[in-house]
Amino acid sequence: MLTMAYALLFYVATLVLVAGLGYRIWQYAATPAPLKIPTTPAPVTRSGVVVRMAREVLVFESLFKSNKWIWAFGFLFHAALAVVLLRHFRYFQQPVWTVIALVQPFGVYAGFAMVAGLVGLWVRRIIVPRVRYISAPSDHLMLLLLVLIGASGLAMKFVAHTDIVAVKAFFLGLMRFDIQPLPADAPLLIHLGLVALLMIIFPFSKLLHAPGVFFSPTRNQVDNPRERRHLAKWAARLETGRVDKA
Amino acid sequence: MDVQHPFSDTEEALPDPLEMPALCPGAMAESKPYKATDKMQEALGYPGELVENWKEVAIDKLGELLGKYRSLKVYLDSCVKCGACTDKCHYFLGTGDPKNMPVARQDLLRKVYRRHFTFAGKYAPWLVGAQDLTEEVLDDWYSYFHQCSQCRRCSVYCPYGIDTAEISMAAREIMDTIGVGQKYCNEIIGKVFTVGNNLGLPPKALKATLEDLEEEMEEETGLPIRMPLDEKGADILLVTPSADFFASPHMEGLMGYAKVFHASGISWTLSSHASEAANFGMFIGSYETMREVSLRIRKAAEDLGVKRIVIGECGHAWRVAYSFMNTLAGPFDFLDPNYPVPQHICEFTWDLIEKGELKFDKSLNDHMRLTFHDSCNVARASRMGDKPGGQFEIPRNIIKATCNHFYDMADDTIREKTFCCGGGGGLLSDEIMDIRKKGAQPRMRALAEVQENHGVTHMAAICAICKAQFSKVLPEYGFDREAIVSVHQLVSNAIILEGANGGDADDDDDDDNDE
Repeated sequence: MLTMAYALLFYVATLVLVAGLGYRIWQYAATPAPLKIPTTPAPVTRSGVVVRMAREVLVFESLFKSNKWIWAFGFLFHAALAVVLLRHFRYFQQPVWTVIALVQPFGVYAGFAMVAGLVGLWVRRIIVPRVRYISAPSDHLMLLLLVLIGASGLAMKFVAHTDIVAVKAFFLGLMRFDIQPLPADAPLLIHLGLVALLMIIFPFSKLLHAPGVFFSPTRNQVDNPRERRHLAKWAARLETGRVDKA
Repeated sequence: MDVQHPFSDTEEALPDPLEMPALCPGAMAESKPYKATDKMQEALGYPGELVENWKEVAIDKLGELLGKYRSLKVYLDSCVKCGACTDKCHYFLGTGDPKNMPVARQDLLRKVYRRHFTFAGKYAPWLVGAQDLTEEVLDDWYSYFHQCSQCRRCSVYCPYGIDTAEISMAAREIMDTIGVGQKYCNEIIGKVFTVGNNLGLPPKALKATLEDLEEEMEEETGLPIRMPLDEKGADILLVTPSADFFASPHMEGLMGYAKVFHASGISWTLSSHASEAANFGMFIGSYETMREVSLRIRKAAEDLGVKRIVIGECGHAWRVAYSFMNTLAGPFDFLDPNYPVPQHICEFTWDLIEKGELKFDKSLNDHMRLTFHDSCNVARASRMGDKPGGQFEIPRNIIKATCNHFYDMADDTIREKTFCCGGGGGLLSDEIMDIRKKGAQPRMRALAEVQENHGVTHMAAICAICKAQFSKVLPEYGFDREAIVSVHQLVSNAIILEGANGGDADDDDDDDNDE
């Protein structure tokens, strides 16, 4: 019963995440950017833009310019999250890739680093008056959700061990539509339930910053408006009425 | 190099330009520019007064804009409220009003977006800070979207590049659409449509002004330096902000352009049809208006048969010209393809300096010790020359080529991190002098630092709004109102013209030039 409920939950969560995110990305891609608005100085070539975007996404360049504390906590959280996600790949593959096997020992430390980064961000959100002012309940709840996911995950490693072989069998089974029993341990059920919740709210929340940054015209446009005419479809329609003088 | 400045021994440290104010909620809630009259509104095709079903109309307009501007859509979704932008706006630093923090300003629109266009906002508004559009919200929109000068400083620091300018442009367009326009911008755009420039200066008056300036230059130099108007077949069409025709230090800059053209031997002309470089269509977020104003420049270029277009010293005008004109009024394939369209007057002048075609006597600017204010829209929304950052180097290079004493202000207040003068984005209106003065505070503090450390006496700029704004606020901070100068004023002072009176530049002229 429990196994079936969680299996269903993960199917639904995956569907919502993929479809919801896909829809958002399609929306962003389909909405025109009628004017050239890169924040300058900006790269003058496409490859330059790729480098700018890479710096933005991998090392949070603009955030670094802005505020070293937010950058430190934010970077710590995101980098640790990336390692933790890589570590979790092993639950979805058999045999396990060498890279994933190598990442395993670091993943544990990353779990702590991730929670530390989140706590840092949360403390700022509470004690810095400017940031407190702009925070809605959802901003606090999102941090709570992520902290609980991290803490419940760490609890399975350091407090009450879960039968991870069975967990892996469950997920490999899910991927083959062959449902295997899920251990009924509290930390595991909490962890998985919250992860599914996160997947479901992803396309409806500020987590959209993840795909959003790639579509940000101030960051992804080439600075070449004089060399190349940039014209959106709806703007081109305005021109049909134009009387060009010879 | 450094001169001992009389104040440099004082114990008291100058205030930091970036000093964080304490939060003062509501401090600037009552700062509102005058509203446009029904006639001003209707001239631009907007309703004359608040329409009856304004809430629906506003939401519909927001929906329309979300489909037309990716920036708006992505920026309303992506903000994570990290706080990176909260201390970056000059209006926040100067007022402490939390709604002048870029993210809080965006949230005024974002909360309505969330209420009407997102799942969470529709079903759990309390959770995500979503809110209905009410009279109070509209009131906040009118106050605070007219306390954004669209300078883009926040967008430099945002990890997603969220540009509050995009949000405030959309908000202003929505307000215009429901009949709540701003007088300053809309009245001026009306003048451009009817007369051709922001000042409403008719061709005859323009002609007379230019003749006066020609006389003045002839008296000074003994040379027939021309300011041609509507001359067909000239090589270059110069489009410059109309403030250059009547205000100081703008006119001194215009005389500088004329002297450079004279020295270059390249023929040029102004146009009475496009006697305005400024394009306030950007301030009100209207693509259509911006396009119509830009088409005036295209038409002037076609009618006069010029080969090149050069833009005078004006910040947002250069943004519209550099970044948008090709889109709005292009393609400019009827112009000489050997030159970029358009060119900035600084690019034009620097090009001649690099080729060694202009000669200067720098000592003629020795009565000034200079710094340079990067105008926000030039710095963060345009370029000069071939390389990114040319918009910072080229004006500085010109100043260094024409002056002996140049000192930059603190690094975190110049180049891409520069502050708005406090009067940009349609805020250069006297009834909101309070916010203009407070918004200038970070720049004024940075200026005070170089005054103290390097004895700087003057600040050069390449923007009509910056020049007008600083002329007004400099005295409020204890500086001389004439401490703001045009970059081409420095060129005008120092240029050596062949055959000029005392072509060896005798010092007697110096004081007269400075007038």
